[in-house]
Amino acid sequence: MTDARTTRPDPRDGAPAGPRDGVGAGMLDPVSTAGPRWRRPRLRLGRWSAPLGLFGAAVGVLWILVAVLAPVIAPHDPLAQDLPILQAPGEGTLMGTDALGRDVFSRVIWGARVTIPLALLLVVMSVLIGAVVGAIAGFFGRAVDEVAMRVTDLVMAFPTVILAMVIAAALGASLLNAVLAALIVSWPAYARLTRGLVLGLRSSNYVVSGQLLGFSPLRSLGRDIAPNIVGPVLVLASLDIGTAILLLSGLSFLGLGAKPPTAEWGSMVSDAIQNFDAWWIGVFPGLAILTVVIAFNFVGDALRDALDPKSQTIRGGGTTL
Amino acid sequence: MSAGTVLEAEGIVVEYGRRPPLRAVDGVGFRVAAGEVVALVGESGCGKSSLARAVVGIEKRRAGDVRLNGADVPTLGLRRRSPVMTGMQMVFQDPNSSLNPRRRIGEQIGDGVRAALARGDEGSDPADWLRRVGLDPAMVTRFPHEFSGGQKQRIAIARALAARPRMLVADEPISALDASTQTSVAALMRSLSVEAGAGMLFISHDLSVVRRIADRVLVMYRGRVVESGDTETVWQNPLHPYTRALLAAIPLPDGLGRLPLAPAEADRAAWLDDLPEALERTSA
Amino acid sequence: MTDALTISELRIRTRSHPIVDGIDLALRRGGIHGLAGESGSGKTMTALAVLGLLPGSMTASGSIRLADDTSAGVTTGGSAGGSAGGSIELVGASRQVLGAVRGRRVAMVFQDPSTSLHPQLTVGRQLTDHLRHHLGLGKAAARSKAEALLERVRVPDARASLARYPHQFSGGQRQRIAIAVALACDPSVLLADEPTTALDVTVQAGVLQLLRELVDDGGLSILLVTHDLGVMSAVADEVTVMRQGLVVESAPREQLFTAPQDAYTRSLLAALPGSSFEESPEELVEELVEGREGAAGSGGSDAPVAASDHDVEGGAR
Repeated sequence: MTDARTTRPDPRDGAPAGPRDGVGAGMLDPVSTAGPRWRRPRLRLGRWSAPLGLFGAAVGVLWILVAVLAPVIAPHDPLAQDLPILQAPGEGTLMGTDALGRDVFSRVIWGARVTIPLALLLVVMSVLIGAVVGAIAGFFGRAVDEVAMRVTDLVMAFPTVILAMVIAAALGASLLNAVLAALIVSWPAYARLTRGLVLGLRSSNYVVSGQLLGFSPLRSLGRDIAPNIVGPVLVLASLDIGTAILLLSGLSFLGLGAKPPTAEWGSMVSDAIQNFDAWWIGVFPGLAILTVVIAFNFVGDALRDALDPKSQTIRGGGTTL
Repeated sequence: MSAGTVLEAEGIVVEYGRRPPLRAVDGVGFRVAAGEVVALVGESGCGKSSLARAVVGIEKRRAGDVRLNGADVPTLGLRRRSPVMTGMQMVFQDPNSSLNPRRRIGEQIGDGVRAALARGDEGSDPADWLRRVGLDPAMVTRFPHEFSGGQKQRIAIARALAARPRMLVADEPISALDASTQTSVAALMRSLSVEAGAGMLFISHDLSVVRRIADRVLVMYRGRVVESGDTETVWQNPLHPYTRALLAAIPLPDGLGRLPLAPAEADRAAWLDDLPEALERTSA
Repeated sequence: MTDALTISELRIRTRSHPIVDGIDLALRRGGIHGLAGESGSGKTMTALAVLGLLPGSMTASGSIRLADDTSAGVTTGGSAGGSAGGSIELVGASRQVLGAVRGRRVAMVFQDPSTSLHPQLTVGRQLTDHLRHHLGLGKAAARSKAEALLERVRVPDARASLARYPHQFSGGQRQRIAIAVALACDPSVLLADEPTTALDVTVQAGVLQLLRELVDDGGLSILLVTHDLGVMSAVADEVTVMRQGLVVESAPREQLFTAPQDAYTRSLLAALPGSSFEESPEELVEELVEGREGAAGSGGSDAPVAASDHDVEGGAR
């Protein structure tokens, strides 16, 4: 009964309680919220986080440049079937040719134009939809919250990839439908994260102070809440770009996304299955996926570490773990 | 007294949870007049913070009425507060969470100014408020993290007062501050609110500070007010056994090495007694 | 031979800046020595340094010597130049030396008693484990000693209390139990870091009385770390005031409260209701508004530097 008084301030009191809740519940990753939840093996980069983040950003920017400059860089038309078929790398072309006599190197470069912008679009849309739904649910609560959260439950009850496959198959195989399917499975993670963050900040002293000064709900959300939750949402988004690329190329690999002859990395890997001896057909687009995904993950992890108040205390106080 | 009354609370009950509900505040009523400082004291868990939050409308009242200048104070909900209700402002215990970390302090004090203007009251300059709470007016463009706890609290006070409130509720506003600034900040709050003609409900467990700044005092124990009245009257001659124990337990910084009196366990039972003559005490 | 603990030229620093910048302090045997100061003054770190419990990022230099009256069984690590009975150097002491000192010779209680009590073990179990492990007592002997300890710290109904869990006690009782655990091995020095800060005044009064009794009954010396000068005035025999890692004044209690020599001490007393140097609220407001204009960044006691130092103190707790 007489224990709860603390006369000394806790320096961490100021940090919103919300972000921790959201992140701690394993909501960071849409994939990880599938049925039997598996957590993305969190990279423990420690003091390498910042340099790796810079490295990742550099690789990411490089890939975006490749996508923009594809017509300039690519030596051949990605669709032209005018080269000797199944040529090994080095025998005239950098990465060899596929079964139809197309230049793998050029296709990998043009592939960046397909997958990266679509993944970015997917993430941006997920963030927008999820953040709006989550913010409304978290701030207004009651019925709105109940309905929104049951919808997210519904989506999250299924394994992400399988649900995306089912939706994509039902919509018909096309790249745009793959993006739509991916969007349907990925916005709930943002809704939940945003809701948790908003809920945590809603009762914070400065939001209440604003309300006592006559702030409308919109003003509270826009002035007091939004600026204080963009950090964690951005972290999730940056970590998700890699996942989005994986998901989109995965759907294409299964024939539910890009249709031939589009130069899309996932479908290129899938082409390679028919010509198993010609390893270069699958390995190079696979490496492209790998480098992009890892690059964006490094960026996301570095962002998370940079924005994590705990990691700052560790740096400030120098406590080694 | 009723002429200058700005805040009137009657029979406030606050309960938490269900089956069985925990009654944090058990039927408390009081009045605060314009320009008056009323202190609410008591040990942790006695319900004083719950009472403060119920008065402002942050906490739901299970029963009871609160009126600000005669108008019923609603519970803070989704609807924005009317300009009349922005006439009640609050200062919180933790200065670190009282200010939005991502907005410049000038803008945040400006929110208070806008609330005053929306009510048709006189506007003011945020920089001028900084000066009045003893901070450099040029610091309006800074962010909260650039200030110490005591300074943040003074900024929060400036924001609340910029709204030209009729009533200021302060929930342990000094207990998170360093000892050397506690009394100064409390005294500052008193002088500014008296100057503005606002009533102030000042919640604290620091009885020596309360004695310096409060005109009247409410002593709370287990959700009930056990003694109330003019501060000096209560101090000079406490009637309720709880008030007596509380005052006797304050260590005096006189350097004489006198141990404060610790109440015996057996005495605590009497603290729950109702003592009508200990309420509403005046010097007359 | 009259000092239980002697701190000289103690320096504590992180990689980037000093926390404690060369302080001297002597804890007289059988006395309560108050260590006062605001958050960030280094007072808590000084106490932690005695037990070698500083966070890994901090290093201590200088000397902290513990009087070695019962030298049997404890290796006197480098006791050169000690007083008659010898003494143990604690700064830079080996793990074995610190292990032998912690809990047995020097014990500590904190602001929040829950930090030193295991929530899922009964009070009796925690006390007897401690006694059996450190003193090698048998089960029955440990139990009766545990009961005696609870009686000594005035926990009502000691025998029944042994079977209860920490959460079943009030905050004040929990702090008494934490003190009982600290006293289990009859330490000669007790470090108390804000032991009453989280308690209500009526409860605080009881704990202060207990601390006084423990010292007066003989044997124990207490280093009492607190920001509350009222508490100092009630129980401390000597008071050392710290500010930003330095000792600004150290004096017998009465002298400090009636004739402070340092301006900072006087300013603390000026802000303290009930002290003989108390200033009126009007004067305090005037000083706050006029005197400290632009205090941010100027390094006053209220400046952000102090706030960031507090993080360090808080994090180590």
